[in-house]
Amino acid sequence: MKRILWLMVLLGLAGFSLSLAQPRTVKIGFVSTLSGGGAALGIDARDGFNLAVRLLNNQLGGLPVEVIVADDQQNPDVARQAVDRMLKRERVDFMTGIIFSNILLAVGDAIFEEKIHYISLNAGPSEYAGERCNPYFFNVAWQNDNLHEAMGQYVNTRRFENVFILAPNYPAGRDALTGFKRFYKGKIAAEVYNRLNQLDFSAEIAQIRAAKPKAVYTFQPGAMGVNFIKQYAEAGLLREIPLFLPGFSADADVIRAVGRPMVGIYNSSHWALELNNPVNQRFVEEFRKAYNRTPTLYASQGYDAALMLDAAIRAVGGDVSRKDDLRKAFLAGFNSTRGPLKFNPNGYPIQNYYLRQVVQAPNGEIINRLAGNIFSNHSDAYVSQCKLK
Amino acid sequence: MLNGVQFGLMLFLLAAGLTLVFGIMDMINLAHGSLYMIGAYLTATFVGITGVFWLGVLLAVVGTALIGMLLEFSILRQLYRRDHLSQVLATFALILIINEVVRIIWGSQPLLLSAPEGLSGPIEILPGLNYSAFRLTIIGVGLVVAMGLFLLVNNTRVGMWLRAGASNREMAQAMGVPIKPLFTLLFGVGAALCAIAGAFLGPILAVQVGMGESILILAFVVIVIGGIGSVKGALVGALLVGIVDTAGRAFLPLLLSQVASPEVASNLGPALASILIYLLMAVVLFFKPQGLFPART
Repeated sequence: MKRILWLMVLLGLAGFSLSLAQPRTVKIGFVSTLSGGGAALGIDARDGFNLAVRLLNNQLGGLPVEVIVADDQQNPDVARQAVDRMLKRERVDFMTGIIFSNILLAVGDAIFEEKIHYISLNAGPSEYAGERCNPYFFNVAWQNDNLHEAMGQYVNTRRFENVFILAPNYPAGRDALTGFKRFYKGKIAAEVYNRLNQLDFSAEIAQIRAAKPKAVYTFQPGAMGVNFIKQYAEAGLLREIPLFLPGFSADADVIRAVGRPMVGIYNSSHWALELNNPVNQRFVEEFRKAYNRTPTLYASQGYDAALMLDAAIRAVGGDVSRKDDLRKAFLAGFNSTRGPLKFNPNGYPIQNYYLRQVVQAPNGEIINRLAGNIFSNHSDAYVSQCKLK
Repeated sequence: MLNGVQFGLMLFLLAAGLTLVFGIMDMINLAHGSLYMIGAYLTATFVGITGVFWLGVLLAVVGTALIGMLLEFSILRQLYRRDHLSQVLATFALILIINEVVRIIWGSQPLLLSAPEGLSGPIEILPGLNYSAFRLTIIGVGLVVAMGLFLLVNNTRVGMWLRAGASNREMAQAMGVPIKPLFTLLFGVGAALCAIAGAFLGPILAVQVGMGESILILAFVVIVIGGIGSVKGALVGALLVGIVDTAGRAFLPLLLSQVASPEVASNLGPALASILIYLLMAVVLFFKPQGLFPART
């Protein structure tokens, strides 16, 4: 009898505490590349995301937030397990974080099937931009082709004939050269694909030397970019054949590693340190304060992903089960580090693309400077094939 | 071509240690690649501390040799009497343990190791042909170390013991060769060679966890081609493999792109190039089952 009484007291307490329960927390699954050659990218994106969450008082759209971070080791199998855990065990409300397109393509469908919105802060494969676009997919950064399109346009206006183009053989690498060729109209000296995560480029550099191009354009993310540029400079080619890069291969992470040889290189980006808007100024200042380094475009993308979630969750009044309304809120856009940002029906942003040049600042720091505007309000090339509204 | 020589010489440094350990101690040491990784990490660390590349390399080589000898003394010594399967399993476990330890100490992000300031530029070796000064240095260092190793093996008492041990271990032991300290020393030398390779490949590749495994397989191919236990074989084998691999990667895609689309060519090219090495191994083994320069006859 006594025991039953105790049980009733306990049950009563449990019920009481339930009724006092906190407002629901929103769970974010953050799967990213945090080890290996691509780690610098994932770490910057994660730090940017965490910074935004912290500046929002650990809330997104007014709800307390829990960010669950997992490392995909740049390995599709590991990523699939991590995503599975996020979906089945952690039951997250949103997912984000993946850096590499081949990883995203391996896990995307599993996420969309669970009707979980995936906010890509980096990977923007063409596969999800056209016919296979998905209502649960958004990309806060760019479509893979975009930065390369911008550089193709720039190299074209500089009237370089005979350009050697090189990229790793994976979805984003193929998107890169497709994008470049879409706007570069001159002759291609050779189109070469290297292995993903290759570190010794002596064979490719020998090919470049043999082809005698007027310029070289290459997309090499993370450690690959560091190694390529170092070896290109060591081989003495940097002085002979100008090198053009997308922002990915010429941002603060690469500059830190390569140093002086980078000075003078032109690159394209959708974001820049000195973009003149309050969101960006606060981001750059707080990032430097928190992590004691210059943020990269990846960090800005991580920061923006958190802001995008914040705006949409706020718009649906914190009820994250209203998936259709969430989608409308995402499409409506938000105030990003690049100013007000709007989205196409395929989930990709409409934005400006800038030209940047690596320069040495008066205080000796080597840094990227805005050098002009290449595209204004530019969309990706696949949006017309997407049937979504 | 020069790239091939440079890569081959670095492979030789790895393979020389491996072939001596394998040939003389009859011990398969898969953890050899881990010593290479440790060498690279120590170099990156010491260069960071001292700020002088060469001093850092020297410290790292000594440090790695000590670690290698410690490993031999504490763990590997127990394995000599066991069969090859136990050796493979135990040293494979060592790989995993060392990888994790390195991850704990240095983190999972690759370390940055830059070539010394004066060597990071190009040098004009022929009119109109620039080549990386650092890679030239690597070739020089590789040649010097190879010469030193030859002198050590062919012209000194220790070398004589080594050769004796390689051709017939029991007999050498019976003739009074101090086998235990010799093995420890040998292991230290092997580790030091690994460290040199790690220190000089670090700035070209990246200093990261797992860098040892990928190159270990090539080192095994080298010693099989060269003949197990033979330093001369290791040198010839390493140069062959280095040149075939680099030439294959540089020129096969070019040849293929004449007949196929660039994506296909760049997919097939490296694949074919890596097959080429094993093809070379198969051909050598077909005509010379003991390798090019067999140590035992």
